[in-house]
Amino acid sequence: MAEALRFRNDDPVEEPAVSLDAFLAQDSASAVRIEAGDDPRRLIPHLSRVKLVEIGIPRFRDGRCFTSARILREAGYEGEIRAEGDVLVDLVFFMRRCGFDSFAPQAGLNRADVDAALSRYPHVYQHAADGAVPIWKLRHG
Amino acid sequence: MYKYDQYDQAMVDARVEEFRDQTRRRIAGEMNDDQFKPLRLKNGLYLQLHAYMLRVAIPYGTLNSSQLRKLAEIARKYDRGYGHFTTRQNLQYHWIKLEEAPDILAELATVEMHAIQTSGESIRNISADQYAGAAADEICDPRPWAELLRQATTFHPEFSYLPRKFKIAVISSAADRAALRWHDCALRIVRNDKGEEGFEVYAGGGMGRTPFIAYKIRDFCPASQIFSYIQAILRVWNHHARRDNIHKQRMKILVHDLGEEEFRRQVEEEFQHFLTLGTDFPQAEYDRIAAHFAPPPFETGLADEIDRADPDFAIWVDQQVIAHKAPGYAIANISLKPIGGIGGDITAEQMEIVAGLAERYSFDDVRVTHAQNLVLPHVRKVDLYAVWEALRDAGLADANLDLVTDVIACPGLDYCTLANARSIPVAQKIQQRFADLDRQRDLGELKIKISGCINACGHHHAGHIGILGVDRKGTENYQLLLGGSGAEDTTQAKITGPGFDEDGVVDAVERAIECYRSHRTEGERFLDTYRRVGFDAFKEAIYG
Repeated sequence: MAEALRFRNDDPVEEPAVSLDAFLAQDSASAVRIEAGDDPRRLIPHLSRVKLVEIGIPRFRDGRCFTSARILREAGYEGEIRAEGDVLVDLVFFMRRCGFDSFAPQAGLNRADVDAALSRYPHVYQHAADGAVPIWKLRHG
Repeated sequence: MYKYDQYDQAMVDARVEEFRDQTRRRIAGEMNDDQFKPLRLKNGLYLQLHAYMLRVAIPYGTLNSSQLRKLAEIARKYDRGYGHFTTRQNLQYHWIKLEEAPDILAELATVEMHAIQTSGESIRNISADQYAGAAADEICDPRPWAELLRQATTFHPEFSYLPRKFKIAVISSAADRAALRWHDCALRIVRNDKGEEGFEVYAGGGMGRTPFIAYKIRDFCPASQIFSYIQAILRVWNHHARRDNIHKQRMKILVHDLGEEEFRRQVEEEFQHFLTLGTDFPQAEYDRIAAHFAPPPFETGLADEIDRADPDFAIWVDQQVIAHKAPGYAIANISLKPIGGIGGDITAEQMEIVAGLAERYSFDDVRVTHAQNLVLPHVRKVDLYAVWEALRDAGLADANLDLVTDVIACPGLDYCTLANARSIPVAQKIQQRFADLDRQRDLGELKIKISGCINACGHHHAGHIGILGVDRKGTENYQLLLGGSGAEDTTQAKITGPGFDEDGVVDAVERAIECYRSHRTEGERFLDTYRRVGFDAFKEAIYG
C-alpha cells in the first residue's frame, strides 16, 4: 500500500480496524472498518469510543462512501475517517467535503496533485460536512 | 434570464482548467480510459463510433442570442458546421477531437455555458417547460427553481458518484410539456389551500430497458425545503442501490424493489434529518435568482389580431404558434424536423439566424424543447409574419409541430456505440410517407418516437407510436409500440408483436394510422382513439 495522506494533527490510530460486526460484538475496539454495503448508522450509538473509521472503496465509481462518511459527521463524529482502497486524486476533493480526513489509496497519490485538486475550486455551491461556506451565503452575508 | 455573477463564473472557469488538466493527464498516459471515462463523462464527453461527442448543457432549455451564436461558432470551428439538439434540451456536437475539448469548454465559459454533469452517473442538467415565463397556464415561472437546483446540485460532493444518472424536471402547469413523469425526480409547482407555493414530487420514473412512470411520492413539499427533499431521495438511493449490475442501478429499480411505500417512508425519515442540517437555500437567494427571470417589458395596447392573408403563413400560424400570457404576444415554435432531414440538427447559419430573430423579436430569448425543436417565446403578433419569412428563407418554417412528421429520434447506429439499429433513416422514411401537409393536418396530433436501442434515448416508451430498433441475428429489426404518452396523461407504450424491417415498420405505422382514421370520431386524436378502441383492434390492423 502506498503512503497514507492525513489531514489531521493528532497521532494516527495504530490499532487495526475491525469489521463493523466484530466492532459491535465487543466493547474494547476503537477502530472500525465499514464496507461499501454496510449501514454506517449502526455505529452511531457507539461513536464515543470510535477513534478511526476506515471506509472501504472497492471501486472508485462506488459512491456509497460519500454518504457513509457524511452520515457519521452529521452524527457528530470527530475522529478520523480514512478512505482505503481505490482512491483516485479526482475523488479527494469530494471526499474531503464529505468528511474524510485521511487517505490510504491502493495506488500512490502524488501529494502535489492532491493539493492541486483540493485548491482547484475557489468556492462551493452547497453545505456538506467540511464547514465550507456555500456561495449563497457569500452572496447574502 | 439568469446572469452569472463572479462566483458562478469562477466555478465554471475552474471546471475548464480541471478538465484541461485531466485531458492532459489522459493524453500523457498518466490515466487509462477506464479512469478517464467517468471524468470526461461528467463533462459530457462521450467516445462514439467515429469521434468524440460533446454534450453542452442548456439549463432548463433557455438560451440567449450570444450563447446561440457561440454554439454556431463552435460548430464551425471544432465540428462540421452543425449541432444536434437532444431530448434533454441540450446540444450535442458529434465530431469532436479530444485534445480540443478543453478549448471548447473555455469558449463556452465566455458565454456562461458549460458541459457540467450532462452525462455520467451524476445529477444531470435540469429540464423544464420550454414555454416557462410565456405560457398562459403556468402558476409561476419554474426556471428560478430550476436554476436554484442547478446550483445546489452542481459538484454536489455526496452525489457525484451515484449508482446511475439522475434526471430532474420542473414544470408549473397542469399541462405537461416536459415528459415529467419519465424522470427520476419530477417536480410540479403547485399552491396549497393556504396559497403557499410548493412542489408535487414524483420519483422513480425513467425509460431505458426497464421503463417506469414516476409515482407521486409527496403531494406537497414546501418550496423552501425542496433541496432537502431531493437530497433525502438521493441519499436513500445512493445508500441502498445495487452496484453489481449497471442495468439495475437506476432509482426506479430501487423504488420497485423496496416498494413505493417503503421508499417513501425512508425518504421522509431522511428528509426530517436533512431539515436539521440547514442545507436549504434561503428565501433571499431564491429572490435573487427569481429577479433574473422577471417578465420582459411587454408592450401594452398591441393589436391582438394576426393578418392571415398569406395562406402559407396562416398554415404555419395554425400549427406553430401558441397562446401567450401577454395580450398581443405569441409563442412561436420553430420546427427542426424538415421532411427528410435529421431531427434536431441545425446548421451554424441557422443558429445565427434564430439568434438574430430572438434578439430582434423575442427579448433575446430562445428555448429548446425536449421534442428537439426551438421556440421564440415572446413574439409580438404583429411581428410574426416577418419572423415566418426569415424562418422560411432559412429552411426553418415547417408547420408540423406535434404532427406525424415531428418525429423524435435518437442518433442511433449512425453515430452511437450503444445502438443496435439506425433511427434517422426510419424517421426520414416516415416523414416522406406522410410528407403531404394536408394529410398530416388531417391526422392531427400524433407523436412518433424512435430509439435505436433499448436505452430509449428516442423516448419510444412515450410515443403515441413508438419504434424500437433491435438487432436480430445481425440485421436491424424494428418493434412497433402503441399508446405511450409523455404528457400529463402519461402512459407507457405497449409492444404490438413481432418486429419489422426498415420498410416494413413504415408500412406498419401507416396501417396503424389507417386503423385510427377508420375508427376515429370527431376531434379524437390518434391516442384517444387507441385508448377507446383498444390494443387488439390496432394489432389486428397491423398484423392482419
